[in-house]
Amino acid sequence: MTKTNLNRRSFLQVTALAGGGVLFGLYPKAAALAQGARGAQASLQPSSFISIASNGLVTITAKNPETGQHARNMLPMMIAEELDVEWKDIKIVRADLDAKYGSQFSGGSTATPGNWEPMRQIGGAARHMLIAAAAQTWGVAESECSTASGRVIHKASNRSLGYGELASKAATMPVPDLKSLKLKDPKDYKIIGKTTIGAETKDVVMGKPIFGIDVTVPGMLYATFQKCPVYGGKAVSANLDAIKAMKGVKHAFIVEGQPITGNFMTSDPGLEPGVAIVADSWWAAQSAREKLEVKWDEGKWATQNSVDIAKKADEISKQPAARTLRKDGDVEAVYKSGAKVVEGAYIYPFISHAPLEPQNCTAHFQDGKMEIWATSQTPQNGRGMVSRILGIPENNITIHLVRGGGGFGRRLNNDYMCEAAWISKTVGAPVKLLWTREDDMQHDYFRPGGFQYLKGAVDSNGKLVAWQDHFIGYGDGERFTASGNIDGGEFPARFVPNFLMQSSVMPLGLKTGALRAPRSNVYAWVFQSFIDELAHAAGKDPVQFRLDLLSSGTPGGMNAERMIGVVKLVAEKSGWGQRKLPKGTAMGIGFHFSHQGYFAQVAEVTVLANKKIKVNKVWSAGDIGSQIINPGAAENQTQGAVVDGMSELLQEISLKNGRVVQSNYHQHPMLKMSQTPPIEVHFIKSNNSPTGLGEPALPPILPAVCNAIFTATGERIRTLPITKQGFSFA
Amino acid sequence: MIKLKVNGVNRQFDGDPEMPLLWYLRDDLDLKGAKFGCGMGLCGACTVHLNGKTVRACSTPVSAAANAAITTVEGLSSDGTHPVQVAWQELDVPQCGYCQAGQIMSACALLAKNPKPTDADIDTAMNGNLCRCGTYLRVRAAIHKAAELTASNTTKPATKPVAKTSRAGANLLPRNSGKK
Repeated sequence: MTKTNLNRRSFLQVTALAGGGVLFGLYPKAAALAQGARGAQASLQPSSFISIASNGLVTITAKNPETGQHARNMLPMMIAEELDVEWKDIKIVRADLDAKYGSQFSGGSTATPGNWEPMRQIGGAARHMLIAAAAQTWGVAESECSTASGRVIHKASNRSLGYGELASKAATMPVPDLKSLKLKDPKDYKIIGKTTIGAETKDVVMGKPIFGIDVTVPGMLYATFQKCPVYGGKAVSANLDAIKAMKGVKHAFIVEGQPITGNFMTSDPGLEPGVAIVADSWWAAQSAREKLEVKWDEGKWATQNSVDIAKKADEISKQPAARTLRKDGDVEAVYKSGAKVVEGAYIYPFISHAPLEPQNCTAHFQDGKMEIWATSQTPQNGRGMVSRILGIPENNITIHLVRGGGGFGRRLNNDYMCEAAWISKTVGAPVKLLWTREDDMQHDYFRPGGFQYLKGAVDSNGKLVAWQDHFIGYGDGERFTASGNIDGGEFPARFVPNFLMQSSVMPLGLKTGALRAPRSNVYAWVFQSFIDELAHAAGKDPVQFRLDLLSSGTPGGMNAERMIGVVKLVAEKSGWGQRKLPKGTAMGIGFHFSHQGYFAQVAEVTVLANKKIKVNKVWSAGDIGSQIINPGAAENQTQGAVVDGMSELLQEISLKNGRVVQSNYHQHPMLKMSQTPPIEVHFIKSNNSPTGLGEPALPPILPAVCNAIFTATGERIRTLPITKQGFSFA
Repeated sequence: MIKLKVNGVNRQFDGDPEMPLLWYLRDDLDLKGAKFGCGMGLCGACTVHLNGKTVRACSTPVSAAANAAITTVEGLSSDGTHPVQVAWQELDVPQCGYCQAGQIMSACALLAKNPKPTDADIDTAMNGNLCRCGTYLRVRAAIHKAAELTASNTTKPATKPVAKTSRAGANLLPRNSGKK
């Protein structure tokens, strides 16, 4: 076994395999230290990143959770490219949670930027050692050797050896200095930049049991878990004896949990109180639950109502803001200067992630050890929580990363994992916990709603000279609720000479969390809608107004040149200002920078009778760096982001008597096929390291559609969902 | 005792006749292709065929399947080579994939009666199948592709255009579906 430093955090580990194969692993240093005591035996687990068997079979391990972003293709693509093997010849296996893989996380559009260098390096290092092994075998210089399709070639003597034949010797070669390791010139890429079909697509279309909900374990029982409809409430008593007498029911019990008493939640609260019913089938458990009668202590949030919250926000908006987050220049002086002043109150609701696969988890507690099958986007966090709540050391907890039926940020939280683990430990059997859709929608970590009171001004030249925002959200003192924060750097900070960002917060008895493109998914709607208001007030074309604004910035934050690039591209592709549109039809634009990605989108919209909207077409332009690693998947993600964003225009979670009103898809709709416009996807390949796509492609579509509606009708949408102002999709 | 046929296999069920078909398929027969999404027939993830017609298994009691032939996605082919499955793979339709078995079953039922559907036909037939990832454009394209694949498979030996159309549709129905 040899090791070499890759960077400050990790080193490369090469291990000979019994039978003449070789393993290449990239190991985080902290884990290596922890692993040291376990010695060589531990490192021989066949679960490294690359395994080359003596028969030539190359297996690449995909380390990240998969919830639909093709992460299980993309990371292996980076390795396979530099290893120089044919994509069709490799086998991809999914990793379990293990420190030797480093970060195993799916969120924040981090998979590309976080893995672009190390994944390619590990492939390149392996290739280098295979070349060294061949050169030594032949007694030739390494520089005379090349590789192609899983073989090392010595052209001068017309000899070649397969990677499998070289594997055992390669394991004994010195590990290259990764800093001087020469990676491929991108013009030579054969895999990166070419579409690959999803590693699990065939399993999906055949209905194979690959999702969390499909997990079965011998002797498994099925559980439902009823939580208090009011957040923070707990069960006092229940008709448990009657429930236990029902057909198929094996156990029914109250879980005390850890009721939350603070003014709002910042993250995973841990195990929430409730009533568990465990039966020999899920249907039996669920049928029993229909008869469950619980006496709840509903706690302090039982009177919480959306109507009251909105009233309170309105009152706060009339008072001086609690905090000033950024102040440039003097907006008040501008308002008095004779500049044209515009004001608008933007209001948006809580919404639910509503992934199609309801939260579920299978857990098996046995002999002091916990084995978990979960769709978590943050399995490392989940393991920590289970360890803390159940008192099981982390190294006695195994987590299998099962495909999730959509994440969108919901599976960043691990509440369902704690519940399943608790129930399994209590009953001493393997248990599959499955939530209903209603559980999922009413016990989400909701995208926080909010209220933003904007004021701005344009001067006589039509230039944006003042921007003011009083953000009213949720929190306590200087703390914001999770994913409900704002800071002074939000665009157009640094692009407007007089800028004032202020905030106030209200208490909230509801869990909130990150929804795909957290904050951006709705702040882009607020900022880009209000910029549109100012463009119209200035009598300027909305694209030109934005280009002028982007050209007036000071350094820091987003790169204005890259944003100008995508705005110009989307304007060109959509024929902005070039096409005569019929009455009632108009185009709207929005752009947004988030998760290191630059996106601009244009929507062409026709407003029909009764405020029915038909989105005729959408154009998207993005700049996420020098490579679109898997173009087919990138197109799919972008189109999905547009559909997702359009759905968000329709969605709302509201509160009445402390309870979430909406329970299922009829009250929290998503776009249908007939409402989905053609979506043209364009990318600028800029000279920047590749970054993520799943999130930044979403935010601009919301303002693009609403800005088009304004141009078509003269009505500005300042409240979401759009149904509040009578609009809907045809 | 309820008798039914699932993917061509005769079955007998003596449990709660009001239990939704979905749980019989998933948990009794271990056919995990049909998915639980909403429990109210709102999302279509649980779509299967009952005598060749689409039903939402989450809200169809087992009793409604008495003496019927049920086809699930697992019944389309043993190796993913049904034309609709092939088209879905060629276009790499899925993102998360959770809705896709339901999408595929609705697509098969559409193509069985309308072998060359227009976009509007497809939208009408597929509007009850939600996709949270928003793969609709690819689902629609894959249905056109499947129609092409089926037509080209059947045109090779066929000479009469009329035969093409009817056979193309018939081919998309999996064996056993629609027949007792």
